[in-house]
Amino acid sequence: MMDSSITIAAVILSISLILSRVLYVIYWSGRPVRNKRVEPVSTLIVLGSGGHTAEMLNVLSVLQKDLFAPRFYIAAATDNMSLQKARTYENQLADKTGAEVDRIAQFMQIYRSREVGQSYFTSVWTTLIATLHALWLMLKLRPQVILCNGPGTCIPLCVIAFIFKVMGIRWSSIFYVESIARVKRLSLSGLILYKLYMADQFFVQWPQLQRIYPRARYVGCLM
Amino acid sequence: MGDTEVDGKLKRMVFVTVGTTCFDALVRAVDTEQVKQKLYARGYTHLLIQMGRGTYNPTEYHGEDGLVVEYFSFSSSIADHLKSASLVISHAGSGSIFETLRLGKPLIVVVNEDLMDNHQIELAEELAERKHLYCARPQTLRQTIESLNLDFLIPYTQGDAKPVARLINRFLGFPED
Repeated sequence: MMDSSITIAAVILSISLILSRVLYVIYWSGRPVRNKRVEPVSTLIVLGSGGHTAEMLNVLSVLQKDLFAPRFYIAAATDNMSLQKARTYENQLADKTGAEVDRIAQFMQIYRSREVGQSYFTSVWTTLIATLHALWLMLKLRPQVILCNGPGTCIPLCVIAFIFKVMGIRWSSIFYVESIARVKRLSLSGLILYKLYMADQFFVQWPQLQRIYPRARYVGCLM
Repeated sequence: MGDTEVDGKLKRMVFVTVGTTCFDALVRAVDTEQVKQKLYARGYTHLLIQMGRGTYNPTEYHGEDGLVVEYFSFSSSIADHLKSASLVISHAGSGSIFETLRLGKPLIVVVNEDLMDNHQIELAEELAERKHLYCARPQTLRQTIESLNLDFLIPYTQGDAKPVARLINRFLGFPED
């Protein structure tokens, strides 16, 4: 009798401790750093097919590259085009600055949890593999900043980044820019990150979206 | 705008692009006699179709009295075709849309209604509402070409990523510019 009540008390105590830590992380996540700084931050950039990569490279082109370094580019394993575009971009940068690409940029692919048209039964297994792969990459990279703009591959990475924050492994700032193609409704990735308070800053490119999602910041069209 | 002279004759090309998608409904729609006649009547001389992963092959034509029709699946020089076009008819992918608008080319976006989660309609309709382009469906393309009035279109001012960069910098404590 005594034992079980101690167990229950311990369980309740640990749950409330974890919960309060989660709330603490959510509270501090959306807040900017107070001190000015100039040392560079390691940056993870999640790329996706179609217009996603073009938009992301547009954002990168106006960031000060020496402050967002090193840069880790991640794209889905089935997407060969995006990393190629990122590589071309980094090569052009390196030509201008004379730096070595290999030292400031890395390019890697990540397994997708579910391909278009895949059955839900087999996707249990592939989701597990994709999550473990994402965990492995995040443990290795531990980026200080994550930039993403829509492809589903950013979800496991952002969830793991959030768990790292809760566990005190690494505090990373997540910036999410909703794709310009989303005018009236958020993408599924955007919706998940917004609703779960996982993005430190959430940007939208159309004013209609900002009216529906008031925590988002309207930044105008990037393209 | 994009007009070039070939052997003393004015070349005015309509470039149709579906990107990396399969959009046979659009290729079929431009390949109909009515649409080709309408385009020819409006002074276009060439029709170049990029058909992507589609399987429907349009009928080529190289005759003197009518629209010259050519097609291909993929090319690394899409940008060049866009540059030399006088009118672009495109699928609703944001990449194609903004590349065309940036070049200041008149654009008809045709929405693929067979796509499952078709959020692309949102972008095409919003830009059509702002009069930067025309938005059509494969079955309404003919009417759109008939009522085409290029003076009606408002040039698109290219967007700017600096506001996002400024907010990210401010958040991280970096100098803002």
